[in-house]
Amino acid sequence: MLRQIEGSLAVAQAVALCRPEVICAYPITPQTHIVEGLGEMVKSGELGGCEFINVESEFAALSVAIGASAAGARSYTATASQGILFMAEAVYNAAGLGLPIVMTVGNRAIGAPINIWNDHSDSMALRDAGWIQLYAETNQEAADLHIQAFRLAEELSIPVMVCVDGFILTHAYDRVDIPSQEQVDQYLPPFEPVQVLDVTDPVSMGAMVGPEAFFEVRYLEHHKQETALERIPELAAEFKRVFGRDSGGLVRGYRCEDAETIVVALGSVNGTLKEAVDEARARGDRVGSLAICSFRPFPLAEVRAALRHAKRVVVLEKCLAVGIGGIVSDGVRKALSGIALEGHTVIAGLGGRAITKASLLGLIERATGGELAQLNFLDLDWKVVKREIERQREHRRAGPAAENILRDLGRGLPPRGQDFGPPARIG
Amino acid sequence: MALQAVHFYQTGTFTAGNRLLGETERAVQANMRRTNSLNSGHRACQGCGEALGARYAIDAAMQASKNRVIAVNATGCLEVFSTPYPETSWQIPWIHSLFGNAAAVGAGVAAAMRVRGRKDVRVIAQGGDGGTTDIGFGCLSGMFERNDDVLYICYDNEAYMNTGVQRSSATPPAARTATTMAVGAHPGNVFGTGKNVPLIAMAHNIPFVATASVANLRDLEDKVTRAMAIEGARYIHIHVPCPLGWGSEPKHTIQVARMAVESGLFPLFEAEHGEITSRYVLRRPVPVTEYLKLQRRFAHLFGKDPDVATIAAIQAIADRNIQRFGLLPTPTQTQMNADEAQMNAEKAKR
Repeated sequence: MLRQIEGSLAVAQAVALCRPEVICAYPITPQTHIVEGLGEMVKSGELGGCEFINVESEFAALSVAIGASAAGARSYTATASQGILFMAEAVYNAAGLGLPIVMTVGNRAIGAPINIWNDHSDSMALRDAGWIQLYAETNQEAADLHIQAFRLAEELSIPVMVCVDGFILTHAYDRVDIPSQEQVDQYLPPFEPVQVLDVTDPVSMGAMVGPEAFFEVRYLEHHKQETALERIPELAAEFKRVFGRDSGGLVRGYRCEDAETIVVALGSVNGTLKEAVDEARARGDRVGSLAICSFRPFPLAEVRAALRHAKRVVVLEKCLAVGIGGIVSDGVRKALSGIALEGHTVIAGLGGRAITKASLLGLIERATGGELAQLNFLDLDWKVVKREIERQREHRRAGPAAENILRDLGRGLPPRGQDFGPPARIG
Repeated sequence: MALQAVHFYQTGTFTAGNRLLGETERAVQANMRRTNSLNSGHRACQGCGEALGARYAIDAAMQASKNRVIAVNATGCLEVFSTPYPETSWQIPWIHSLFGNAAAVGAGVAAAMRVRGRKDVRVIAQGGDGGTTDIGFGCLSGMFERNDDVLYICYDNEAYMNTGVQRSSATPPAARTATTMAVGAHPGNVFGTGKNVPLIAMAHNIPFVATASVANLRDLEDKVTRAMAIEGARYIHIHVPCPLGWGSEPKHTIQVARMAVESGLFPLFEAEHGEITSRYVLRRPVPVTEYLKLQRRFAHLFGKDPDVATIAAIQAIADRNIQRFGLLPTPTQTQMNADEAQMNAEKAKR
């Protein structure tokens, strides 16, 4: 049924249609509306056969889900930002135990400085924990991916993170086709775990494993992800047969066929990017874009196939691997090994800085004009940065950068250097 | 059925007198059909109080629930010595996830059972004092506060034994550990620190809280049995000597535990909904030195030049416990004890 609905509520409804049995909730912006929506459905009786548990931390949220999943219940939770770091130990644990938990990450920056707005630092920090990571482009896809996620998780006995850009998707009201219960039931069979905590058939789970077998367990996690590379496109195709629309899959190219320049990105920015591609095309640039939906497993072959005939590739990343640059770029470079083309990393949108179509058009123009460096920072306020670097050079003092910038402003010191930005930009 | 006190003189030996009791009144461990939930062959040290406590506790829980127990274990000695892959000593469904989340994982298992309509299956979460009073404390408090249907058992050996005897918030004052060394002006753990988790559990107003000791296994079984009959969050804190960490003789485990109880340093009590309902009464409290002297972790207090002041400070803790928990016999109890003694004396004469 078509509805004009907030992204979070669309996700909540999709999750509810998956008949979860245990939902653990701990508030952190911007995922709160998802669990609030689910909680209301459980309390009102609309979602039956489900326990909704308010826990005391994200660490507990995932731990409760671990216990419930090990005991055979379909389990779900949602988190973001500091929350996923607080539960990091349990994130690895759920994967190591092979528990098919589905978790939404309402992507948000990580502090300090504390910041509630969108980027991908949170889920990227846990990218190698053994979970599958799917990044949604639209609210429709965010809802749909959850249905696919439960199917994939339970087939492969592996947890799945569905990454949904905070605010940009979670809080946006958009048209979403909410499937019927019959459709979801047809697509997603009931959860039947291979191994479960059962009093009639006792097993020990989570034993202490030494050097003789640990390596094999870890390899098998990798093998599951390799299997997922085959299953994700199959499940997306089956999804299309049942629900009648394209959602998910490994990668999705846009006007890539004859493109000389292709911009690669994850998540909601692909929407703006497509519009920028259209405009750039209209002015004569042969540009395309590639959305990577499955970041773990990373679809090396598909990325290679999509990019191999381009002249240059620009990887647009909402996360900065401090000290080196891009994270997605590393995967893209690996996918393109042996192919000589220009490669650029563009860090953008950190802490919710808007990635506008104008900025993207400017970026494409600089890329096609051969003006991009290897590592670029889109719309970074260089005035502020340079001034702070200069200040540090003059007077070394340990302390938080954001507050240092304010401290000088608070003293009413005259701006140093010519290119000092307006204070409003900083505060 | 109320727990019947069993006296040593019933058999004239140091066994607990089961043979004179009716079958239904006997200890769980006296039953040929006990489940040996934590089976033999595990890798605990000789004289391990935790292994002993866990075997008694889980077998009692199994008997009380018609063998329908799922156990969640925190990281720690009990987890490591019972499940070195590919072996396991557990005869029950058992899961280990992390050090600090046993209570939360237990809550998750309980939720799964509730949603599946399996009210007959009971969940136990267990861990050492580190996994309970320190790193798992947040999850434990959350489980209590939500009144999740989980029995949490803490096996308290008063330090991080699995990592090599480091201080925890359950380490007693003056005790030597690897991180509270027996050196300097105030050797061992500092006074005025630590936390009493049974009292904190009571502050959550949960249905049942108890302390128990491997010195009184019959009492331990009884407390577990009664906890299993109650729904909601329950907490049992069991004092389990660790020969390795405490520097006590493996053969003295029970005696050390008994001296902790009999000196008043480890009071045995029960509480329901935040109110203490019963306590184990000390007929003749023993001086704390009887407890301390058995353990090398307190050796720096003795020797040629005993640290009288510190010993007195520890005695003061025991005395405060005795007063605070009402561990001395009330006049009525004293009279009853006297009557009983006289009766026994008369019996002996006949």
